Amino acid sequence: MLDSLSINKRAAILSIAMLVVGLLIWEAAIPAQKAVGELTEYERLTGGGAQKAGVPPPSQVIAKAWAELSNPFYDAGPNDKGIGIQIGYSIYRVLTGYFLAALVAIPLGFLIGMSQIAYKAFNPFIQVLRPISPLAWMPLALFIIQDSEASAIFVIFVCSIWPMLLNTAFGVAGVRKDWVNVARTHELGPLKTAFTVILPAAAPTIVTGMRISIGIAWLVIVAAEMLVGGTGIGYYVWNEWNNLDLTSVIFSILMIGVVGMLLDSAFGVLQRAVAYAE
Amino acid sequence: MAKPFLSIERLTQHYPDGQGGTMTVFENASFGIEKGEFVCILGHSGCGKSTIMNILAGLAEPSSGVVKMDGFEVSGPSLDRGVVFQNYSLLPWLSALKNVTFGVKARHPDWSVEQVEAHARDYLAKVGLEGDVVHRKPSQLSGGMRQRVSIARAFANQPKLLLLDEPFGALDALTRGTIQEELIKVWAGTEQTVFMITHDIDEAILLADRILLMTNGPFARVAESVEITIPRPRTRTEIVEHPNYYAIRNHLVHFLGQRSKELAGKQSDDADQRPETVRIDKTTAEDEPSAPPPLRAVND
Repeated sequence: MLDSLSINKRAAILSIAMLVVGLLIWEAAIPAQKAVGELTEYERLTGGGAQKAGVPPPSQVIAKAWAELSNPFYDAGPNDKGIGIQIGYSIYRVLTGYFLAALVAIPLGFLIGMSQIAYKAFNPFIQVLRPISPLAWMPLALFIIQDSEASAIFVIFVCSIWPMLLNTAFGVAGVRKDWVNVARTHELGPLKTAFTVILPAAAPTIVTGMRISIGIAWLVIVAAEMLVGGTGIGYYVWNEWNNLDLTSVIFSILMIGVVGMLLDSAFGVLQRAVAYAE
Repeated sequence: MAKPFLSIERLTQHYPDGQGGTMTVFENASFGIEKGEFVCILGHSGCGKSTIMNILAGLAEPSSGVVKMDGFEVSGPSLDRGVVFQNYSLLPWLSALKNVTFGVKARHPDWSVEQVEAHARDYLAKVGLEGDVVHRKPSQLSGGMRQRVSIARAFANQPKLLLLDEPFGALDALTRGTIQEELIKVWAGTEQTVFMITHDIDEAILLADRILLMTNGPFARVAESVEITIPRPRTRTEIVEHPNYYAIRNHLVHFLGQRSKELAGKQSDDADQRPETVRIDKTTAEDEPSAPPPLRAVND
């Protein structure tokens, strides 16, 4: 019977089977709390009857997710905001830092890709700055900018600039000479050549860099928000850890994954739109 | 002597030879092309044909010498000199039609969108591309169709000089034949001046008014200018019947097979290297001996 289904359908069935089996194993692995009546007197005296903090079973996480997602935008004070608001803050910071980085990286990448001198002049700086963990900038950013919100955005800016810069430079430098010659024999000016020939030719490489950058930015924002606090999904995870609410922690971990996937697939769509076959 | 439309004067090209010295590809090459002429250049690889082409296109600078078109010195690329590259050089992210409008827009920035498109479609139709095919991307077209688009793009701009760099080099023999005939058709309607590189002797005889023959490099030179004394319009099947065809072909084969080597490597000693004009015409030459001397001997 399975043979008659398409590969996609068979894969989907396998995925669902793995999910169900995984959840069942998880559910079964959580030991049930003993009821107070079953405890010996000694156990009751030593506090055995108190609720123990443990990893919650998936059924609890699903119930929590249902409750949170059915009212994602409530705001009941600084430590009690809906998941939608927290994610909204994180996305706002990621996109702000990310687009500021794109504004710098793409034009600069063009320059570096077009000119050998610029490439050689910028290269040592890029090589030293690129491997620095973006979070290492945080203390310096906090001191100079004096604003935790802006510091988080700065950290996103720093971490997303490198893949975009390098990929733009690489893509622009690799544009086929023939296509540039087509522009030259049609008397296109430098700006027109950049926009009508080099940009579309390098676009697939540039968008690949943008896709890598948004992935890194989303990884970094969680850590950055744990440090700066206040709002955002990273802060939410840390706050729930302090509350020892592991159900919320697991739920928010899943949400981080889902949002990251959505951001990535948005760039996947963009990548397909600018792709071309030679 | 009046200057020809396109005049190449004492063109010299050196390259560093990688050992500190210089390698001279060609030296003091001089020749002219008249308006409306179709000129092919034949020679072995490495003799500098492509370099001459790039200099004419303005994509490369000669070590010394000048190219004059209409009396003005050529410098840098220009819309007046259209180029059809060997590897088509279509922009792969644009459809066939957009590739042609790309050129038309550059040529006529003041035209309306409809005007540009109509002009582009007109030229695509001239090379046999009509209907939905024009909306395909180059990757969805066969090699022959891509080169047709490339030819349409070049002709649509109506340049004063059209440069074709081995345009059919990558095509199979049958496709090559059809596109050659299409090229003649488009060219006959426009009276463009064309300068074309080729490796194919039959192609050169079919298309050209005149064939320039280059000796081997280094110190290559344009040694001969062979007139093709076969009247137009020509078709591939008819020209082989013409009495001049094999005479010219044999001359070219002989040159490329043997004399291009013998003549190679001679320095110019600062003299202009002008090609010697060769005219092979059996139609008149055969008339004379047909008043046959042996018969006279019999009559005596």
